[in-house]
Amino acid sequence: MSVDQNTVRRIARLARIAVTQEELAPLAGELSGILAWVEQLNGLDTTGVEPMTSAVAMSLKSREDVITSGNLQAEVTRNAPLSEDGFFVVPKVVE
Amino acid sequence: MTDLTRLTLAAARDGLAKKDFTSGELTGAYVSAIEAASTLNTYITVTADKAREMARASDERIAKGDAGALEGIPLGIKDLFCTKDVLTTAASHILDGFVPPYESSVTQNLWNDGAVMLGKLNNDEFAMGSSNETSFYGPVINPWRRKGSDSKLVPGGSSGGSSSAVAARLCLGATATDTGGSIRQPASFTGTVGIKPTYGRCSRWGVVAFASSLDQAGPITRDVRDAAILLRSMAGYDEKDSTSVDRAVPDYEASLGQSVKGLRVGIPKEYRVEGMPSEIEALWARGIDWLKAAGAEIVEVSLPHTKYALPSYYIIAPAEASSNLARYDGVRYGLRVAGKDITDLYERTRAEGFGAEVRRRVLIGTYVLSAGYYDAYYVKAQQVRALIARDFTQAFEKVDVLLTPTAPSAAFGIGEKTADPLSMYLNDVFTVPVNLAGLPGISIPAGLSGEGLPLGLQLIGRAFDEETLFRAAHAIEQAADFTAEPEAWWRA
Repeated sequence: MSVDQNTVRRIARLARIAVTQEELAPLAGELSGILAWVEQLNGLDTTGVEPMTSAVAMSLKSREDVITSGNLQAEVTRNAPLSEDGFFVVPKVVE
Repeated sequence: MTDLTRLTLAAARDGLAKKDFTSGELTGAYVSAIEAASTLNTYITVTADKAREMARASDERIAKGDAGALEGIPLGIKDLFCTKDVLTTAASHILDGFVPPYESSVTQNLWNDGAVMLGKLNNDEFAMGSSNETSFYGPVINPWRRKGSDSKLVPGGSSGGSSSAVAARLCLGATATDTGGSIRQPASFTGTVGIKPTYGRCSRWGVVAFASSLDQAGPITRDVRDAAILLRSMAGYDEKDSTSVDRAVPDYEASLGQSVKGLRVGIPKEYRVEGMPSEIEALWARGIDWLKAAGAEIVEVSLPHTKYALPSYYIIAPAEASSNLARYDGVRYGLRVAGKDITDLYERTRAEGFGAEVRRRVLIGTYVLSAGYYDAYYVKAQQVRALIARDFTQAFEKVDVLLTPTAPSAAFGIGEKTADPLSMYLNDVFTVPVNLAGLPGISIPAGLSGEGLPLGLQLIGRAFDEETLFRAAHAIEQAADFTAEPEAWWRA
């Protein structure tokens, strides 16, 4: 699959990474190269093979549905570039 | 007094127990060695004061007869492990100034056993790379150089700070992580030992996530015994990691020196890849001879889907990475670049905060997970992963361990492979299948290349059978008698 510049722009938007006009062509080339290479998987018939979704066959443990942690507002916001009164501060999202 | 940095971890442990020297002296020797080796760029952060303080506490515990398994042992920590109140960067610009309010479970296990932290080791940004050249903090330099050359070589990656620091004696041992070969390949490039244990053996809690179904922590050390000692302390069940496995951790050191007589060693024929240098072939053949001479039985086996491992890895790992790295938004921690609205803030922050390789993988991952492509790429790769895992299961019906080279070459030069991402990815051809299958793998230094650079052999074991790996690795180590060391050209 060859990726064109419009696709790169769309993917970059989905990934929330700004790309400049000048970056589009080289990125399209790099991504196309990698995707063409991974497409060799199409040469392998995987009909009926169950996809492997976990590295070790195990069932997830469950625990009591109770609160085990909390009251960490100061620690949670400690690394925020901008916070106020224990809240994260972002640009206005609702007009 | 002899140079304390010459000791192995085991010898230092025994010397501390016999009170031949103190942890304060040992730690001081390492802090001085680190200060004189800044050329290698192994540490992002040196925590000298904290190290001295921890050493003092260790010396008190030793005096009281209250020593832990790693009491007073100075270690380097890959900067992917969160350390409470100590800058943790994952070698990324986007984690600028991030000081975790918590400690990773693996490092907490080490401190509980009395270890001393020297600092945080450089690595590829978010562990994405095979040469430690993608770090925001600059490349790490390999202490090894080619015979008669002073050109700078890579230490492997992503745990290049760990491998370089252990080889240059800038710590007694180091923590590392391995998603596609990031412990074993750097160990091979630096003449050190590195083990990636079975998925689930070490807790991932508090380790900056790259690809969660593949990431696993392990040690890089000077020899096999040191790796056995360090892994025992790092490993263990942790209720904070839902994929951590609740099994007792064996005394790995007890496996060393046990006979490999009758051990069935598989040689996967698909690992004889086209274009493999003859000296790697020769090294592999010597490894086979060593194990045969020690009484092991050599069996040729087939892992038919080997050639599909790298392409499936380069779908699965970026897919998981694109999801894991969504958390870096410029709001909760790290770098923030102002924007005209919230989306603009996200996009500018992530554009400036991620390096080229991380951006590439996030974009690939986003693409393969996007509507219309999910089945064709991601599900397909997971099916191939199942076939690769089945190959190993079938091989382990006939053999107890597999022997392969660790990497298809010795260490290469800085900048030699950065222009072509695909040629960099091919470095992990022998290590990636092990991560996909969740199995343990260890790299042992086994010889020198024609240019005088270390080369490693890899042993792959059954899930949770690290003991057999250590036993066979020790047999190889004994036979290889690898005593070569890099000249200390970097010392200021």
